[in-house]
Amino acid sequence: MEYGFTTAAYVVAAVLFILSLGGLSGQESAKRAVWYGIVGMALAVAATLIGPGAGLWPLSIVLIAGGGIIGYYIAMRVQMTEMPQLVAAMHSLVGLAAVFVGYNAYITAAHIAGMPQETRDALTGFAAIVAHKTPTELSILRVELFLGVFIGAVTFTGSVIAFGKLAGKVTSKAQKLPGGHMLNAGAAALSVILLILFMNGAGAWALILMTLAALFIGYHLIMGIGGADMPVVVSMLNSYSGWAAAAIGFSLGNDLLIVTGALVGSSGAILSYIMCKAMNRSFVSVILGGFGNTTGPAMAIEGEMIAIDADGVAAALNEADSIIIVPGYGMAVAQAQQSVAELTRKLRAAGKEVRFGIHPVAGRLPGHMNVLLAEAKVPYDIVLEMDEINEDFPSTDVAIVIGSNDIVNPAAQDDPNSPIAGMPVLEVWKAKQVFVSKRGQGTGYSGIENPLFFKDNTRMFYGDAKKSIDELLPKIA
Amino acid sequence: MKIGAPKEIHEGEARVAMTPASARELQKLGHTCLVESGAGLAAGFADALYAEAGVEVVKTAAALWKAADVVVKVRPPEGPEPKRLRKDQLLISFFYPAQNKDLLEQVKDTGANVIAMDMVPRISRAQKMDALSSMANIAGYRAVIEAGNNFGRFFTGQVTAAGKVPPAKVLVVGAGVAGLAAIGTATSLGAVVYAFDVRPEVAEQIESMGANFVFLEFEEAQDGAATGGYAAPSSPEFREKQLAKFRELAPDMDIVITTALIPGRDAPKLWLKDMVEAMKPGSVVVDLAAERGGNCDLTAPDQKIVSDNGVTVIGYTDYPSRMAAQASTLYGNNIRHMISDLTPGKDGAIVHNMEDDVIRGATVAFEGAVTFPPPPPKVQAIAAAPKKPAAKELTPAEKRAQEVALFRKQTRNQVGLLTVGGVLLLALGLVAPAAFMQHFIVFVLSVFIGFQVIWNVSHSLHTPLMAVTNAISSIIILGALLQIGSGSFLVILLAALSIFMAGINIFGGFLVTRRMLAMFQKS
Repeated sequence: MEYGFTTAAYVVAAVLFILSLGGLSGQESAKRAVWYGIVGMALAVAATLIGPGAGLWPLSIVLIAGGGIIGYYIAMRVQMTEMPQLVAAMHSLVGLAAVFVGYNAYITAAHIAGMPQETRDALTGFAAIVAHKTPTELSILRVELFLGVFIGAVTFTGSVIAFGKLAGKVTSKAQKLPGGHMLNAGAAALSVILLILFMNGAGAWALILMTLAALFIGYHLIMGIGGADMPVVVSMLNSYSGWAAAAIGFSLGNDLLIVTGALVGSSGAILSYIMCKAMNRSFVSVILGGFGNTTGPAMAIEGEMIAIDADGVAAALNEADSIIIVPGYGMAVAQAQQSVAELTRKLRAAGKEVRFGIHPVAGRLPGHMNVLLAEAKVPYDIVLEMDEINEDFPSTDVAIVIGSNDIVNPAAQDDPNSPIAGMPVLEVWKAKQVFVSKRGQGTGYSGIENPLFFKDNTRMFYGDAKKSIDELLPKIA
Repeated sequence: MKIGAPKEIHEGEARVAMTPASARELQKLGHTCLVESGAGLAAGFADALYAEAGVEVVKTAAALWKAADVVVKVRPPEGPEPKRLRKDQLLISFFYPAQNKDLLEQVKDTGANVIAMDMVPRISRAQKMDALSSMANIAGYRAVIEAGNNFGRFFTGQVTAAGKVPPAKVLVVGAGVAGLAAIGTATSLGAVVYAFDVRPEVAEQIESMGANFVFLEFEEAQDGAATGGYAAPSSPEFREKQLAKFRELAPDMDIVITTALIPGRDAPKLWLKDMVEAMKPGSVVVDLAAERGGNCDLTAPDQKIVSDNGVTVIGYTDYPSRMAAQASTLYGNNIRHMISDLTPGKDGAIVHNMEDDVIRGATVAFEGAVTFPPPPPKVQAIAAAPKKPAAKELTPAEKRAQEVALFRKQTRNQVGLLTVGGVLLLALGLVAPAAFMQHFIVFVLSVFIGFQVIWNVSHSLHTPLMAVTNAISSIIILGALLQIGSGSFLVILLAALSIFMAGINIFGGFLVTRRMLAMFQKS
């Protein structure tokens, strides 16, 4: 098959990928957008398989099919609450694949370097491309594959740790080895030195040593970031997996890899930026990990938390006309989305206005809450963003906070010494009445006291979110 | 203690200070109640009703004054009444101590204690005994009813088979309690209501009642908080401006209700003769300030007159009395709350606590001494409005300058970034081979497209976005596919593993995205 055909297929695939991402601007067009992505991917794989340079395609097809079956099985079985873990796990696969492909490129290049000229001309496929490179191009190739392996390795261990934290297999607290950021900086410096050595002809040992350093950076970097910052971490890893693909695309001279890698990389970068903005923190401070850079003592909180039982909440809900529900990670943990949706249906059937207020960093993944509510069949047009709903709180009768904490913390606005000062928050305390469904009196992930719980118009509805809401359901008239 | 309510002797007064209902409440405080025979008749409360409520009906006024420890009344004492007061007897009634200086002296000399219901301070705790407000509320309502009675048209606009009727236009001057009640009544009858007040902070209240606030642009607006929520006299310049505004409105208005009063002074003249003359024939002016001279030039107290051009001017002063049943109920409750405050032990013993802000403020004569005017209350009625820093009004020129500055800054930023980026690219192009630069251009353009496209992604779809980009990033499979055919066993092994993992990712990523998106439903 002609090389031109493959290139044409790549162009079409690239356009389809761009349309696929662009289509996610609305819920309806998104359904079409996924198909663009699927067709684009199928086209790219098919064109590569029948195009020049590919060999052993029966084996490839068997492997893709095998992977596909596992992928299908996972995709159908996964619970929506486990989505963050799944995404993190998948990033780790891309990272590892990038490392392997980078290694292959190196092995091939090293292999060819030792060949006599006649054998080179007889080569086909990727080896042939490498064989015809000039010395400058070869040293650029080395930089590219070095970068690809580095980013891939960081993505791999980072994603594995993120997966562990999100799945609860690794402690979600920010943990650092003694030495902290110095260790990361040291490993990064070592990688740079190795890169220079590698360019000047150092052998495989430099590449392998750098891989180990990168694996360590990925591990240590993510271990040092707390659970509440996970939305940023996941989108950041998403971005990395894209850059790794792009770097590999350079070393293989494959434009589609470059285009797609760049698309994914920039998409993840923008998501990270949006998440950071929603928390009023700089990207660097999230990456360097952990809260705790307070500038003074936190404001003392006066008052006490007043508990309320299901009857009290039900009575207030029956009287209310407008209700805003603010879900958080606690709802996901308790798997309470179905009960919340049922509550919403009942209240709406009683002619009350029920809406949801979603903070951009609610949950452990960007958009996590939207997916959970959608799963429970809550119509998406009553699920609103923070900016859309924040000014409606003063005219709202009841606000229900289900398992969220920092995103409704008034200290972000009132207390300049609070670690989250300046972070935009949902102003639930402006509602006439606030109910907080919460497991206990603890401070949650970030360990910050929440003055909301002590306000006069706040009542604490203790207990597991799902159980509490289920208890409430029969009492709603 | 024995609490007695005599029959009002003021001519035309139909109210009574104690109703059977309030008497029941008073008895719960441990008091016994007396009422003069026939006292409640005009308000619709017959003696039998009182007797049923456990009130002793006393034949004559003299007997009642003699028997009662506490006398509750509506009007200030007049005629023989002041002389009937005796030492240590308590009188609770309207008193207007500022206007009734002589009466106050006379009462003081008897040694009786007097609580003036019109002197109850305007603080939140005392609202339940604020008889001025409850009477003003009635007056405002009744004013609209009287106006309607004398107005030959509908209040509400209608389109009927017999023709179109425009809605009546009502102007309410002075948005105190009476004014607001009038606004509420007139709007609920369907009229288009305008309202004016010298205190700009009441604009919100006016608009909340459904009327349009007549805005007067003037520098030194009054802060009502300084005067306990009442209006203060205005400067001559302000008055001129105000009158000019009224002159402008007069020809359009069908009904004008004036309620402007300044505590302790004659009513200000606001609706002058020429304004009445400018009004259409058949229009109505209701002057609620008639008792204190009236806001309108033509007002004759207690009378209804018709001007030369056919405008009816109503100057009644007895609106609450015209709704005696309602007024007595509310006033009776005010009195009951006052006595309740005076009976802290609920044991029938009156404790006249002069340390209490409310009781001290309302007491005008105590143990043979005049205690009017009272010292300023400790609790301020309304929190003083914080002085707003005047928001600087930008001139068009300044705005333009700002816009230009902003535009320049943006241009500078963008040009700066482009220059730096361009120089970096050129520097790279100097050393890098052409093949690399080709790929590099593709890379830069893709990043650019990515940034442009992703900004449009809706927030709620961020999770699907991540899943789909994840699936797409397994494009790395292409690299593995290209490598699997060439080279050594190790290469094949690594490439095979990569293909396998990417395969998981492609299928898993796309399928899970589809699953998520299928769940998003519109209601």
